[in-house]
Amino acid sequence: MFTNPQYGIFVLISATLLTSVVALLVAVPLGLMAAIFLSEYASRQVRGWLKPILEILAGVPTVVFGYFALLAVTPILRLFVPGLQTFNGLSAGLILGFAILPTIASLSEDAIYAVPQSLRQGAYALGATKRETITNVVLRAGLSGIVASIILGVARAVGETMIVTLAAGQNPTLTLDPRVPIATMTAFMVQVSGGDVAVGTIKYKSLFAVGMTLFLITLVLNIFSFWFVRRFQEKYE
Amino acid sequence: MQTNSPAVGTGTAFYVDNTDYYYGSFQAVRDVTLDIPERKITAFIGPSGCGKSTVLRCFNRLNDLIPSAHIKGRITYRGVDIYDKGVDPIDLRRNIGMVFQKPNPFPKSIYENIAFGARINGYKGDMDELVERSLRAAAIWDEVKDKLKESGLSISGGQQQRLCIARAIAIEPQVLLMDEPCSALDPISTRSVEELMQELKERYTIIIVTHNMQQATRVSDMTAFFNAEPTEKGGKQGYLVEYAPTQTIFNSPQMEATQDYVSGRFG
Ligand SMILES: Nc1ncnc2c1ncn2[C@@H]1O[C@H](COP(=O)(O)OP(=O)(O)O)[C@@H](O)[C@H]1O
Ligand SMILES: [Mg+2]
Repeated sequence: MFTNPQYGIFVLISATLLTSVVALLVAVPLGLMAAIFLSEYASRQVRGWLKPILEILAGVPTVVFGYFALLAVTPILRLFVPGLQTFNGLSAGLILGFAILPTIASLSEDAIYAVPQSLRQGAYALGATKRETITNVVLRAGLSGIVASIILGVARAVGETMIVTLAAGQNPTLTLDPRVPIATMTAFMVQVSGGDVAVGTIKYKSLFAVGMTLFLITLVLNIFSFWFVRRFQEKYE
Repeated sequence: MQTNSPAVGTGTAFYVDNTDYYYGSFQAVRDVTLDIPERKITAFIGPSGCGKSTVLRCFNRLNDLIPSAHIKGRITYRGVDIYDKGVDPIDLRRNIGMVFQKPNPFPKSIYENIAFGARINGYKGDMDELVERSLRAAAIWDEVKDKLKESGLSISGGQQQRLCIARAIAIEPQVLLMDEPCSALDPISTRSVEELMQELKERYTIIIVTHNMQQATRVSDMTAFFNAEPTEKGGKQGYLVEYAPTQTIFNSPQMEATQDYVSGRFG
C-alpha cells in the first residue's frame, strides 16, 4: 500500500499539513472577519440570523461536508484549476476550513466581546476611528483568546477524519501539491483499520504509531495554547 | 475642526446653552446652561446619578457611542456648534482629550500607549521625543523611563492614571475632560494628579468631575453643582443648581441646596 514506504510517516504528516494549511487559509480570515463583524458591526437583526447559521455550520456532520467536497466542490474547482484530480488536498482543505470556521469565529467573538468597553472608549477619546480602535486596541486586547481559538481550530483540522478521507483520497504521497490525491494521518488510520489487518503486522503496528503521533501533535498544540493564553492574557479588574 | 474664534487662552471655551440630556425617552439631565472658561479648571460636583458624567461626555461627543443617548440644546466650542452636521466627532476628540474614572491603559507597552494616539493623528515628528515629553508632562517619566517596553498594565493604578493623562496630552488637545480621575487612586497618587492638573491648566482647559468636595476646592477655579430630584415616572432627573467661582460655591452659595451639599448636610 505504500508507494514510497521509505518515507514512513512523513508522507502522512505532509498530507495533514497540506489540508490543515489550506483549511486555515480559509477559516482564519473568514472566522476573524465573522467574529469582528458579529461583535462590532452587526445590528441586532443581522446577528440574529448570522449566529444561527454559524451554529448550523458547526452542526453539519462531517461526512456531509466530505461528500460535498468530493461531489460538488471538486467538479466546480476542476473548471478553474488545471490538473485537479478527483481526490485532492485542495477541496478537502477548503471544506475543512468551513468545518472549523465556526470554532474560530465563535471563540474569537467571545474573546472580542470580553474586551472591556472602557478600552474602546479610551481609543475613541483619542480621536481613533472605529477601524483604528478595532485593529489597534480591540484585537490586541483579545489576542490571547483569538490565538487560542486558532490553535483549537488547528487541532480540529489535524484530527478531522471524514472530510479528508472522502475528498483527499487515501493515497500516501509525499507532496505539497494540492491537486493530487494524498492520505492524511487520519485517512490512513481509517484505511488501515477499515480492512482486516492481521494483529502484529507492520500495518497493524503503524496504526498505533500514527495514532500516537496524532495524539502528540494535539497535545503539543493544547499545551502551547495554554501557555500562550497564560503568557499573553491581560488582566483587567 | 474649524475654530472661528481667535481668542485662544482668553474667554470662553464652551458655551452650554439650554441643554437637556436623554437616554432614549428618559430625560437624565435638564436645563444645563453654563460657560466653561479657557485655561481654567472647572469642577462638576454633586451626588452620584445627577448626570455629571453624562454632561461631561457630551463635550467630546463620547456619548455618541451610546445609541440611545441624545441631547437637546446647543454646546459650542470656540464658537462652533459641536453637534452640527459638519463637525466630525473624530476631529473634535482630537482636540478634546479625556481621562476616565478607572485607568484604562491599552494592553500595549508604555511606549505604545503614548505613540498610538500620536500615530493615528498623523504625527510625523520624533516619536521617542514625544513619548518622553508626554511622560514628563504627566510627571511619570522618572518612574517608567527604564521600562518603556513593559505593558501599560504592569504599573500601579496611580501610575496607570498618569500614563492615561500622558496619553491624552500626547496628541496636544486644547481641552482635558477628567471624569473622577482620582476615585480609584490612593491619597498620594491623588495628590500627584492634582499637582499635575495645576501645571496643565497653564496650557489646557480642564473640566473635572469629582464627588470629592475637598478636591474641588483644592484644584478648581469654577464649580458647577448638580443635583437630582425624583420625577413622577419614578426615576431621578439631574439638573444644574448653581454655577459660580469655586470660592463662592463653597463660602457663600446662592442656593440652599448648594449650601446643604457643600457643608455636608445632605441626604
Ligand atoms: N448608558 C446609559 N444608558 C441609560 N442611562 C444612563 C446611561 N448612563 C447613565 N445613565 C443614567 O443617567 C443618569 C446620570 O448618570 P451619570 O451621568 O453617570 O451620573 P453621575 O456621573 O453624576 O454619577 C443616571 O440616572 C443614569 O442611570
Ligand atoms: Mg459619573
